Amino acid sequence: MNHLVTGLAVLSTVLVIVPLVAILVYLVYKGASSLNMDFFTHIPAPVGESGGGMANSMLGSGIILLLASSMGIPVGIAAGVYLAEYGRGRMLAMSVRFTADVLNGIPSIVMGIAAYSLIVMRQLHFSAFSGGVALAIMMVPTITRTTEEMLMTVPHAIREAALGLGVPKWRTVISVSLRTASPGIITGCMLAFARVAGETAPLLFTAFGNQFWSFKLNEPIAALPLQIYVYAISPYDEWHRLAWAGSLVLILMIMVSVTLVRIYAGRNTLKGAS
Amino acid sequence: MGVGIDVEHLNAWYGSNHTLQDINLNIPANHATALIGPSGCGKSTFVRCLNRMHETNPIARATGVVKMGDVDIYKDASPVVIRRRVGMVFQRPNPFPTMSIYDNVASGLKLNGFSNRAILDETVERSLKAAALWEEVKDDLKKKSGASLSGGQQQRMCIARALAVDPEVLLMDEPASALDPVSTSKIEDLIFQLKSQYTIVIVTHNMQQAARVAENTGFFLNGKMVEFSSTHTIFTNPRDKRTEDYITGRFG
Repeated sequence: MNHLVTGLAVLSTVLVIVPLVAILVYLVYKGASSLNMDFFTHIPAPVGESGGGMANSMLGSGIILLLASSMGIPVGIAAGVYLAEYGRGRMLAMSVRFTADVLNGIPSIVMGIAAYSLIVMRQLHFSAFSGGVALAIMMVPTITRTTEEMLMTVPHAIREAALGLGVPKWRTVISVSLRTASPGIITGCMLAFARVAGETAPLLFTAFGNQFWSFKLNEPIAALPLQIYVYAISPYDEWHRLAWAGSLVLILMIMVSVTLVRIYAGRNTLKGAS
Repeated sequence: MGVGIDVEHLNAWYGSNHTLQDINLNIPANHATALIGPSGCGKSTFVRCLNRMHETNPIARATGVVKMGDVDIYKDASPVVIRRRVGMVFQRPNPFPTMSIYDNVASGLKLNGFSNRAILDETVERSLKAAALWEEVKDDLKKKSGASLSGGQQQRMCIARALAVDPEVLLMDEPASALDPVSTSKIEDLIFQLKSQYTIVIVTHNMQQAARVAENTGFFLNGKMVEFSSTHTIFTNPRDKRTEDYITGRFG
């Protein structure tokens, strides 16, 4: 019986890892050959000309994700703090929790439509900002719920220790509860980040895409997933290869940023800290 | 220096449960006062009313007068100010797991916005020495997490943490009940030394412990204080039949 259960667990692990590794290997196989300096320094070449790259899309994705994170992470964490530390048993908390769970299951294209009607329709032009907002709304529910769950695992005794020292509640929440729960909260933020980094649908009619350099937040901006989409459905072989290369770069960007955050967050861990 | 506490007509509730009923008591300054009684008799609730920790539970409330010196703690001051004057040590050691030993001890000052390096260093050393832990941890103050210490060391660190904010009263809610006998005797020695400078109120299940460390003892039963007098009297010549039954082990 022991062997059976162990065997099943190993089998499931393999089943999880195989597709992941297969995708990565296939991406490298298809995309690596098209990666060269041009890819990282040039904007897309016009139809009919060869060469060109996705430099503006990488920058655009970076800008949109930075915007989304700087809006989504603080709001998500703050809402999670409310749910766990202030809203116990309140009607507002229950409705926020319910809304977050529903929001989590809403198709991403709907988020795009929401940002489109909220921002694009009013300004009457596509913009990097509206793309950032669409992605931020997608990040919030995941971050809120993980923050809440992680704060709930912080023992009540630790909060009492701080309160008993005459530390005000707000300071206890920030310096004791949040700090103790921070590894889990960071994981939640990274999950939300990685999830929206590859989103295409919400950007279709918000960030819209751009064949040229753009640094302005109120103008259409290029994004890797959008550019991959455009290239992948094109009839040209060279563009197909660039789409593969773009996919590879997108995944590498996500992996690198998640790893950097992990290293940064883990650097202060003390001996014997739990 | 410690300060005396006068409690008049103190009542406390958890929801509809009347856990403390009309408690009247004078706790003398610079002495150790023990509170004994069976589980659920209200002695923990009582000490939590002395630093207004009781009210951190949303369903809890309290009425009555608790005076620390001239200050009515429920009328004249905010809970935050009271808790800086009345330190608390809990039943289970509760170090901040993400903080070093140094930061744990300094937390009461640091989290209240105090940042003078030299004074923090001095306070941490003085508090750890007062808690008889300095020699054991002085070499890895900032390297090790407070959670990496043994249970007995953690509890002494929690005592140091409470002392670092320079309170006048120290409340101890069964501070040794989760510890081994050696650690327990260290904590008791500590209480003995500390009471020259602080007013100590200690809740304990262990009657020998009350007899060893406290000048006065109160016996609680079902939310009421049955008897309060010198520890010697309580243990040798109790006035109340119920006190006698409890200390002779007939119930509880």
